[in-house]
Amino acid sequence: MKVVGVLVAIALALALQTTLARFLVGGTAALDLVLVVVVYVALTSGPATGMFAGSLAGLIQDALSSGVIGVGGLAKSIVGFLAGSIGQQFIVTAALPRFVMFVAATAMHAAVFMGLYVLLGLRSFASPWAAILSQAVGNAVIGMVAFAIVESLPGALERRRMRRRM
Amino acid sequence: MALLDIRQRTGYLFIALTVGHIVLISAQVNTDRGVPVLEAVTFGAFAEVQRVTSSAIGGLRTSWSDYVALQEVRRENARLRDEVAQLRVRLQQERALAQRSRTLEQLLDLRSQAELVTVAASIIAGGASPDFRTITIDKGTADGLRPDMAVIAPAGVVGRIITPSARAAKVQLLIDRNAAAGALVERSRAQGVVEGTGGGLRMNYVSGTADILVGDTVLTSGIDGIYPKGFVIGQIQSVERGQGVFGAIGLRPAVDFSSLEAVLVVLMPPAAADDGAIPAGGAQGPQ
Repeated sequence: MKVVGVLVAIALALALQTTLARFLVGGTAALDLVLVVVVYVALTSGPATGMFAGSLAGLIQDALSSGVIGVGGLAKSIVGFLAGSIGQQFIVTAALPRFVMFVAATAMHAAVFMGLYVLLGLRSFASPWAAILSQAVGNAVIGMVAFAIVESLPGALERRRMRRRM
Repeated sequence: MALLDIRQRTGYLFIALTVGHIVLISAQVNTDRGVPVLEAVTFGAFAEVQRVTSSAIGGLRTSWSDYVALQEVRRENARLRDEVAQLRVRLQQERALAQRSRTLEQLLDLRSQAELVTVAASIIAGGASPDFRTITIDKGTADGLRPDMAVIAPAGVVGRIITPSARAAKVQLLIDRNAAAGALVERSRAQGVVEGTGGGLRMNYVSGTADILVGDTVLTSGIDGIYPKGFVIGQIQSVERGQGVFGAIGLRPAVDFSSLEAVLVVLMPPAAADDGAIPAGGAQGPQ
């Protein structure tokens, strides 16, 4: 059940990333919804799940893009593993720690992703700091929203059932 | 403990997954030389393994050849050393044989030119006392040697037989303090008596009017009945004139007594020994 939920989440994130994300921020890739899902899964399910989720999502993302297959997978695997490990060691239920987690995860992902491309000599990234920062904030906001939605979803459903009975 | 196992297993999985991604990336990316990174990295890593292996094997071979195999080298070295020693000994023997042959050739040449009845003898011992300058030769009465027979060498007079045995004989060198020989100066024909001084020679009983110069050659005169006439004794080394007679005439022996190896014993002097001279080295016979 958990695995299915992760797979569905990744699929939804990929669908949203490829169809809706560009409308949200003027066509720029300022958001990485797949990364948000990976961090979410890692924080809620642990490093192993986060790692595998990141690997799978990243590989799919790589396969759908024109990049080197494995770079995104490696970057998201590392992020998922580290986020899951941190989520196990520290209490990351408050808003601010989650926000910081998403920002840090985005930065880590960008560092690994861009670093690998630069290291391989395949691409160059001129002054990526603004884009990374904006993406990190955007991912953090989306992640906070996602957490809020998911965490409020059981209570909302319960309240809706209660109103129908009344 | 179980939590630790799970964490460790997750860590291993993370490492495996990371390596898998790296391999996957490497398979797609080419290097600057157009070779896939996976191939280049694999080849480079394996090349390093090969280098290390080769270095290790080379080190082992070097160690084996430089240290362990040195046992064989040591044995070979010992064998070669023995061979060199044997060759050195053989070389010395050959040298000695060659020198002996040269000496005998000179003696034979001297004998043929001197027309003397002689017998060659090798020196087998030196003097037992430094106060008596004698040598021992390997010929004795069995070879016809008798006391007071002259002993000569290619360079000149050596001495006389004083004590012959059946197979050996003691020779009194001319430089012995008790030795003497009748002599004459080759250039001026001035006569005298040459006596040993223990280490050299001195010429006595020379006329005060005789013409003697440093460097003159002194020969045997034959008047002593022992030494044949005309054999070289030595050269005048110093002349100290006295009142009416020569105070002291020093001679440098023609024979190097310290390096004698073989000599000729004159068994019978020539019947007609006239005035004559044999230059140093015996190049000329008596005249």
